[in-house]
Amino acid sequence: MPHEDYLNARYGIRSWLLTTDHKRIALLWLGSVTVFFFIGGLFATMIRIHLLTPTGYLVTPETYNKLFTMHGVAMIFFFLIPSIPAVLGNFLIPLMIGAKDLAFPKLNLLSWYIYMIGGCFVLYSFATGGLDTGWTFYTPLSSIYSNSAVTPAVIGIFINGFSSILTGLNFIVTIHTMRAPGMTWFRLPLFVWAHYATSMIMILGTPVIAITLLLVGLERMFHLGFFNPALGGDPILFQHLFWFYSHPAVYIMILPAMGVISEIIPTFARKPIFGYSFIAGSSIAIAVIGFLVWAHHMFVTGESVYAALTFSFLSYLVAIPSAVKVFNWTSTLYKGSISWDTPMIYAFGFIGLFLIGGLTGLFLACLGLDIHIHDTYFVVAHFHYIMVGGAVMGYVGGLHFWWPKITGRLYPEALARTAAITLFVGFNLTFFPQFILGYLGMPRRYHTYPPEFQVLNVLSTAGASILALGYLLPMLYLTWSMRYGKVAGQNPWPATGLEWKTDSPPPTENFDVTPEVTWEPYDFKNRPDLGLAAGAPSLAPAHGDD
Amino acid sequence: MQSQLPFSPEQASNFAPHVDDLMLFITLICLFFAVAVTAAIIIFFFKYHRKSPNEVGVPIHGDSRLEAAWMIVPLILAMGMFGWGAVVYVDYRHAPPDALDIYVIGKQWMWKAQQPNGLREINELHVPAGRDVRLILASEDVIHDFFVPAFRVKMDVVPGHYNTMWFRPTKPGRYHFFCSQYCGTNHAIMGGWVTVMEPADYAAWLSGSSGAEANPVVAGEKLFAEKACVTCHVPNGTGRAPSLNGVFGAKVLLADGSTVVADEAYIQESILQPNAKIVAGYQPLMPTFQGQLTEEQILALIAYIKSLQSQPVPATGSGIAPTTEKR
Repeated sequence: MPHEDYLNARYGIRSWLLTTDHKRIALLWLGSVTVFFFIGGLFATMIRIHLLTPTGYLVTPETYNKLFTMHGVAMIFFFLIPSIPAVLGNFLIPLMIGAKDLAFPKLNLLSWYIYMIGGCFVLYSFATGGLDTGWTFYTPLSSIYSNSAVTPAVIGIFINGFSSILTGLNFIVTIHTMRAPGMTWFRLPLFVWAHYATSMIMILGTPVIAITLLLVGLERMFHLGFFNPALGGDPILFQHLFWFYSHPAVYIMILPAMGVISEIIPTFARKPIFGYSFIAGSSIAIAVIGFLVWAHHMFVTGESVYAALTFSFLSYLVAIPSAVKVFNWTSTLYKGSISWDTPMIYAFGFIGLFLIGGLTGLFLACLGLDIHIHDTYFVVAHFHYIMVGGAVMGYVGGLHFWWPKITGRLYPEALARTAAITLFVGFNLTFFPQFILGYLGMPRRYHTYPPEFQVLNVLSTAGASILALGYLLPMLYLTWSMRYGKVAGQNPWPATGLEWKTDSPPPTENFDVTPEVTWEPYDFKNRPDLGLAAGAPSLAPAHGDD
Repeated sequence: MQSQLPFSPEQASNFAPHVDDLMLFITLICLFFAVAVTAAIIIFFFKYHRKSPNEVGVPIHGDSRLEAAWMIVPLILAMGMFGWGAVVYVDYRHAPPDALDIYVIGKQWMWKAQQPNGLREINELHVPAGRDVRLILASEDVIHDFFVPAFRVKMDVVPGHYNTMWFRPTKPGRYHFFCSQYCGTNHAIMGGWVTVMEPADYAAWLSGSSGAEANPVVAGEKLFAEKACVTCHVPNGTGRAPSLNGVFGAKVLLADGSTVVADEAYIQESILQPNAKIVAGYQPLMPTFQGQLTEEQILALIAYIKSLQSQPVPATGSGIAPTTEKR
């Protein structure tokens, strides 16, 4: 690559650790979330190996309980919640709207440092006794009875929350104030709409989990009585406070991934998204309604029947906007010109797995059914289908889609498609048996189980080994491609977003001249600059191994 | 009743067929949509595969009627799922009035159950087939959950208040029960067996108990004297506290003018947090017994107070609301 871009503009560790360039900060995030993904993944591997036999042969019960707790904490707070917003959102939002950077570049860097400090507290907790309360920290187990390193962990998660809040703030201000001329709200890429909705949740919800975990820490340290019935407190109060954030948090995890899919599908079908305003509006609807459903996690706590009815009803309502997205994505494929490139395979995988995960939410929202399947492996399967089958596939697919822009390189296409399919197959083999295990009555968080559940557990572990391979392969070839991959042009796919109208990788200031937007989003017909017009020279395939 | 659903436990309670039917209903609807969407994607994937490198798709921006349709139809189906589930749940949350009451205590990491005549069990629960059974659930420490897959029911066991659950066993046999709220180290081995017996066998089993000393009513009566409750709660209504004759299950008139039904939860609260609700016409004099009574002792007191239902209610000195008929 002949000229200066954000990667080679300055050298040295200080130019990375003290950068305020949103693109470099995104790469700092990429490194850190990958480390936590490995840590969480290691714990998951140990869990699945341990569950190969009914009596469990790998670890003690105490260790097993720490493994599933730490797996949840690492994956949810330190991988899933930041992943797409902090890596892809940070990198792309300024580029997508034609801006030089985010509204507050220094706050952006601070966000990463806060995350790292929070992460250190949590890793300290893992290393000095571990955590065995479940990532859900239910009281009074977490506030009184647990003998694990709860206090450093809740401090770490509390600190990490500010990272989320600052990122959300940055995105909202940026999207409102820094759009290039002509970039009206309804010309914004759907990825940006998705992150706007996500940022609303980050800002409004995160303070609640922060305070809730702070109360647990205070109760532990000073023997206060918020959640202790012997002192007049209520353990169920904790659950209301906890889930008030943690339910919207799952929408923080999935909305950005849906945003990624909304970019990939029009690009690889080469036509506008079907129902743009419905997809944009459904993101906002999910964010709003998502705040109103939290007590569907509490149907069997003895909460009032009226509360249960209300939350079940609202939980069914929140399903509708998600269904709208799936129908619109599918309709976009109709009369498209569809290529089977790797990002598109991830998008299809996402839709298939999100479909199953989302539909199984309807089972759990059903009061009469939940009394049976609550707290069983059915729930575990449901949320992994959405968080892993959905959010992680969206993240990895997005990394592939924007890899040429971020690194200036293409990855080997045949290997990438193979890995995507491996991931899909491995994922289903790991988690589908768990729906069955759940209905048969296997509770979750069990280090040992009745022997009749063994076959399904073995299947699940076998699937997990294939899943691991599906994750390992991209880590290897994406890293390889940074040095040896074929050089990508400015717009290899081609795609219609503003980010593709600057070099790959972009210069530090993103655009040499502030762009002026006069076209509608995903408009392949009226964009001669994409090189697809009739009579134009045939576009070379954008594959890294051709 | 043989289960019609593949991959499901035996059906051994009145709720099991309803839950399985609900499962089938929702599965069929979801299967329909999953297959329809997947089929559409696969068909489009192949039918519209790019034929030449510069080809673009046909721009179709949307269709409002289609959007309305695929919002309204799923909403209607979702309301159906909600409604049916709600009916089953509301039934589950309201135990029938003449149910057999069994007290169940969960603690790290075992279960203790007490039958109506005082017979105790550990990690076992014997119940009669064909009879409504209500479990009153108490925790001595953290939150647990009592889950019987073959009955398709569960309920959390929460320290500080009582939860109740009910079922009617339909098929004699032995069925696994599990703790299904993570409660610490041995959560996974905190389970046991529910034994459903024919009513005659259950009665025979029950009468093999060690006799009156284990009877919770007798134990409760002893405690009522030992802890000096009787010095204020004089039965003929002349004490500093209301008589407890006939109060269980009746409406009590409170100082602020409201009424409350004197159920197990009210009795427990009155013992542990006596100032929470003051009976009309009485002073807040009762000391709290928080920390002085075990869960089992509280349950014994409740059983004794229940047994006072048939005792004569004094004309003055009772907390029962005047407009309510004595049960």
